Amino acid sequence: MTELLQFEFMQRALLVATITGAVCALVGVYVVLRGMSFIGAGIAHASFGGVALGMLIGINPFFSAILFCTGVAWGIGLVSESKRIHEDTAVGIFFASTMAFGVLLLGFLKGYRVDLFSYIFGNILAVTQFDVWASLVLAVLVVSLIVLLFKEFLFLTFDAEAAQVAGLPVRRLNYLMLTIISLTIVLSIKAVGIVLVSALIVSPAAAAHQLTDDFKKMMLLSVVLGVSSTWIGLFLSSWLDSASGATIVITATLIFFICSAFSPHRRNLRRRLLTLRNDVGS
Amino acid sequence: MSTVKVELIQAANLSVAYQDKLVLEDVSFTVREGDFWGILGPNGSGKTTLLRSMLGLIKPFSGSITVLGSAPMNLGAKRDQIGYVPQHAHIDFNFPIHVRDVVLLGRSRKIGIGRRPGAKDRESVDKALERVDIQDLANRQIGRLSGGQRQRVLIARALALEPDILLLDEPTAALDVTAAEGFYEWLHSMHLKMKLTLVLVSHDVGVVSRYVSAVACLNRRLVAHGVPAEVLAQDTLEQMYGCDAMFFGHGRVPHMVVLPESQGEHHHD
Ligand SMILES: Nc1ncnc2c1ncn2[C@@H]1O[C@H](COP(=O)(O)OP(=O)(O)OP(=O)(O)O)[C@@H](O)[C@H]1O
Ligand SMILES: [Mg+2]
Repeated sequence: MTELLQFEFMQRALLVATITGAVCALVGVYVVLRGMSFIGAGIAHASFGGVALGMLIGINPFFSAILFCTGVAWGIGLVSESKRIHEDTAVGIFFASTMAFGVLLLGFLKGYRVDLFSYIFGNILAVTQFDVWASLVLAVLVVSLIVLLFKEFLFLTFDAEAAQVAGLPVRRLNYLMLTIISLTIVLSIKAVGIVLVSALIVSPAAAAHQLTDDFKKMMLLSVVLGVSSTWIGLFLSSWLDSASGATIVITATLIFFICSAFSPHRRNLRRRLLTLRNDVGS
Repeated sequence: MSTVKVELIQAANLSVAYQDKLVLEDVSFTVREGDFWGILGPNGSGKTTLLRSMLGLIKPFSGSITVLGSAPMNLGAKRDQIGYVPQHAHIDFNFPIHVRDVVLLGRSRKIGIGRRPGAKDRESVDKALERVDIQDLANRQIGRLSGGQRQRVLIARALALEPDILLLDEPTAALDVTAAEGFYEWLHSMHLKMKLTLVLVSHDVGVVSRYVSAVACLNRRLVAHGVPAEVLAQDTLEQMYGCDAMFFGHGRVPHMVVLPESQGEHHHD
């Protein structure tokens, strides 16, 4: 293990894994408690369109993905503001269409792009110095927003109508939350990939919810479990020579099951399993 | 000579619709400082909708409503003067939060963005918890409460703001008789002592007639409004509920009897 850490690529990988695990787990608490898992998966898939766009017009896919994902997240927010369209439906509308958009764009790209695969399934051992800095900057931004708006996001998540009655800018907070989810997804793409990132958001938070009744403790536990998942997954993958993103996600899922087995409120387990299955299946 | 009381809530020809269905039509009334309004009406008559439009949760279809001189949607800091106890909270009772924190959330706007609650906030929370007698539940997770205890938490959350106007939507529907009595006694004393302005939706005609200073009978339109003794005459209730109804004002607890179609006799004790 310590030998592995002598390699610079491994140090970078560990750094990005830590950032990704922590931020996904933190944001995941809101996603799980607000029942937004499907939105998370939808935005993640939309990033495919963003990455393809960046490749086609020749800018770093990181930047195009930020703009594209945030745009799609706001689109989902806007469409689901209409009373007749369920949030779930709004995601469904964007989910596949943004991927289709990406596929179309890729058709215009000349030649075969190998690095596309690493965006889809993640390749943490291939992160560059730029990726480290980019994810660090996004992580600082996301965490600062959550610290600054802690009460407000808690109120929005717990009881949005009461938050509105209390005079909080619920609509703006909601769009800000969608933006935070988008940024989290973009910073995680290199580590776990477009297809797998939603599991890293949902599983640690769901596991933490099994263990505690306290919001702050849930956040803390979720971060601990998220970071553990990425570390264990990373070392397992270099040991087994398996795909890093997939190994991290499977580790996170196993941790969820272990936590559920030790949950003080196991009566909720069946329900949570059902939601998880829907999320992973999407 | 009586002093002119400040108008706090004013509706003028207010109509409210959900999609294309009109649920409030041409409603006009004024709530003045220190009033205690009771709103009566059958299920689906628009009582909750009326409160929701006072809070800016739903826009008028036509006509207007103003609260503290502004449209309810842009009250700004004046929000802190208004407390609301909803009929149903849209809450996930598995949420990892404790009673005290739910009540404290009620003060979020007052505390301000990026700031932590201070001694004054904690004091108001304690007082609110005490008021509805749930201090001993302060550290319970919100789901581990009975229905009545949950309702008390919602009342405490509204009280923690120490509002000047309190809108209550069937706040005692899940409370036991003693708790409900105690709550209304307290409301009434606050109303008298602190000039707390109250708008209370209730199906309990007895409570309404005993405590409130004005009654509004709602059935999509405002069927009648005014002082309880006059409004709660038989034909108003009949018009509102669409059936024969009798209101008995004598005895310790006034109550209403809804008579079946073809029954001349009625019993009560
Ligand atoms: N969100 C909604 N969408 C569509 N229609 C609604 C909605 N909420 C209420 N309604 C309709 O508006 C009418 C008034 O509803 P409201 O909730 O104001 O009644 P209420 O007087 O509070 O009834 P209750 O005594 O049952 O609480 C009802 O006919 C109801 O069907
Ligand atoms: Mg109602």
